[in-house]
Amino acid sequence: MGQVEKILETRELNVNMGPQHPATHGVLRLVLDIDGETVVKVTPYVGYLHRGIEKLGENLTYFQALPLTDRMDYIASMTNNIGYVNAVERLFGIEAPERAKFIRTMVGEMARISSHLLWIATHALDIGAMTVFLYAFREREWLLGLFEMICGARLTVTYPRIGGVRNDVSQEFLDSLYKFTDEFPSRILDYETLIDQNRIWLKRTKGIGVISAEEAINWGLTGPTLRGSGVLYDVRKHTPYDAYDKVDFDVPIGTEGDTYDRYRCRMLEFRQSNRIIRQCIEKLPNGPIMADAPKFTLPPKDYILKDMEHLISQFILITKGPAVPEGEIYVATEVPKGELGFYFVSDGSGRPYRMRVRAPSFVHASVLPRLCVGHLVADVIANIGTIDIVLGECDR
Amino acid sequence: MLIDTSTTGLVEVEEGTKILPPNVIITTLDKVINWSRLSSIWPTTFGLACCAIEMMAAGAAHYDFDRFGIIFRGSPRQSDCIIIAGTVTKKMAPVIRRVYDQIPEPRYVVAMGSCACTGGVFRTYSVVQGCDAFLPVDVYVPGCPPRPEALMEGMIKLQEKMRKEQARWSPWR
Amino acid sequence: MAVVLERIGPSHYKKMEPLEIAEKIKERFPLEVVEVTSFRDQVSVTVKKDRIVDICRYLHDDPDLDFDHLRDLCGVDYLGKKEPRFEVVYHLYSIRHRHMIRLKAQVPENDLRINSVTSVWVGANWHERECFDMFGIVFKGHPDLRRILMPEDWEGHPLRKDYPLKGPEKEWPGFIEVIEKAKEFREFEWGA
Repeated sequence: MGQVEKILETRELNVNMGPQHPATHGVLRLVLDIDGETVVKVTPYVGYLHRGIEKLGENLTYFQALPLTDRMDYIASMTNNIGYVNAVERLFGIEAPERAKFIRTMVGEMARISSHLLWIATHALDIGAMTVFLYAFREREWLLGLFEMICGARLTVTYPRIGGVRNDVSQEFLDSLYKFTDEFPSRILDYETLIDQNRIWLKRTKGIGVISAEEAINWGLTGPTLRGSGVLYDVRKHTPYDAYDKVDFDVPIGTEGDTYDRYRCRMLEFRQSNRIIRQCIEKLPNGPIMADAPKFTLPPKDYILKDMEHLISQFILITKGPAVPEGEIYVATEVPKGELGFYFVSDGSGRPYRMRVRAPSFVHASVLPRLCVGHLVADVIANIGTIDIVLGECDR
Repeated sequence: MLIDTSTTGLVEVEEGTKILPPNVIITTLDKVINWSRLSSIWPTTFGLACCAIEMMAAGAAHYDFDRFGIIFRGSPRQSDCIIIAGTVTKKMAPVIRRVYDQIPEPRYVVAMGSCACTGGVFRTYSVVQGCDAFLPVDVYVPGCPPRPEALMEGMIKLQEKMRKEQARWSPWR
Repeated sequence: MAVVLERIGPSHYKKMEPLEIAEKIKERFPLEVVEVTSFRDQVSVTVKKDRIVDICRYLHDDPDLDFDHLRDLCGVDYLGKKEPRFEVVYHLYSIRHRHMIRLKAQVPENDLRINSVTSVWVGANWHERECFDMFGIVFKGHPDLRRILMPEDWEGHPLRKDYPLKGPEKEWPGFIEVIEKAKEFREFEWGA
């Protein structure tokens, strides 16, 4: 018997899924220990996109550090900006006017839809459903065209500013956006008919990457990744910011905690975001779009060109930075990936003393070893898709 | 158009290419090889950061890349170009060089985005200030991120460069 | 499977005021608490680093406090501003009661070690690795403490205040290797 075992002895194979890989959503490196086709151990290596944003934030003023936040979660950059701006406004002690809050909510939800579209496109492409990629990008191009209409940039917009938003929305934009919300539900049905009841999709996502509610909270998961396990935690409902307490929406939660439930949560979030956008358009109040706080916000451009005091104030704010009170603040917002937190320590000067970004993708990438053990190599790909990481945010 | 019908029946369609109607073409080997190479450039997918999303959008249905013959291949051994899209960090540099070394000749490098061209916004301890520190770049496409149409302009410029090459197929350099 | 749309109404669990929570911690651990500060309705409790695991376990297990969600764990370097030099900051949140507290543990420069809280929250694992990578603070009891964002053989800890933004004079040897190799291979390139 011992001799037979010795002849049939197997070893574990050590495979590298390198930083350059079509399915790792960026530069994520995984080293897999596999026994046949079953995964025994996964070790993720991150840091291939570490650009030093936190250190750079310490050397720039609060106004100059705003475009850096676009480039972290580059898929939904509006929500990153909204997170940063909310934290800085709370630190300064100013508040944006009502119209600006509603506009920010509106574009934040548009960014959430476009991020989930890219998620379903790449997740389905990795699992094998290639048509969903082309359909989802068709809607995404529509949304990026709308972004371009308000602020000129498609991807790395820097539209929400400290104290409000950059410029006002036109009636043409609101009409196009309303038409989008009319047609979008039928497009969601398009994607669902392709994959929802598909036998291959169900086999590849049901029962994969199961995590229970207590464990998920202990690991620090947030967003749809946590809500798929049945936990009611949404920052928009717990600590509302911007105009989220004035609009009516539901939060989908799952029951099993597997890949299929997380997928259904995000598909239902499409419809809820659509609902929020419609309500924002209908309830949009009139008024200014920038807060009236001359010590902390930049004056409007046409005043600068005419008036001496505004010119001086703009000069001092840009070069030295605003006169911020000393203290520290942590503000969390709900981005499509989870909970994005900004922690600022201020020492009274115009530059942050410490700018810390709590990125949801960093925490979600750490849970990969727990999800993948015991499944097949192909399920590793499904798991990477379901935790929805973007490496720009994970590495900062 | 010089019609040399008196002696041979050759029609010169453009400079250097003559046609003997209906189906005999007389041209230089350079032109044929360059034309076949530029009509089907197959890049390796090397999306690093934000520019990767614009590269994907350029490959999707709205700004179609397939009509130029450009298909994204997963493996460097089956491609002839690499598009560095995104920030190059020092931790990633050995990996990029290794992937580039695996591409068979003739190979081209397109640096897409400000971060790949010159380091971009990030002048920090861990970012390489431009991927031309260790790669021979053919085309630079600036922008943060460049629009899909800008990337297409970059690929067309690469095609122009390929059209003008001479004797890149020969064993002598 | 059933995906349920839940309307999250007002919490019917007890939400405590931040200063109340700070008082409770002070009552339970009177020798450890150094300072309680408040800014814009957010309270920070500064503690000594010795019994940090006991404090965290108390905050996690006590049913009135119930801090089950570790939002963030990071380090701050106060070079020249105050002693001790480093602080490890824990942001805690209770999903059931919806209250938050910030805990700051002081770490002096001559003894850069603190106990790891991975036994209380598993999610602290990677945060502590990043803190070690960026500041050099060693977490005792951590299952796998090594660099995470910088390359494994990088020298120096980037987020310290005395580390230059553009990087130190001496370049990382891995990068110098790549440039040397590129120079060597350039003679085989077309058009060189």
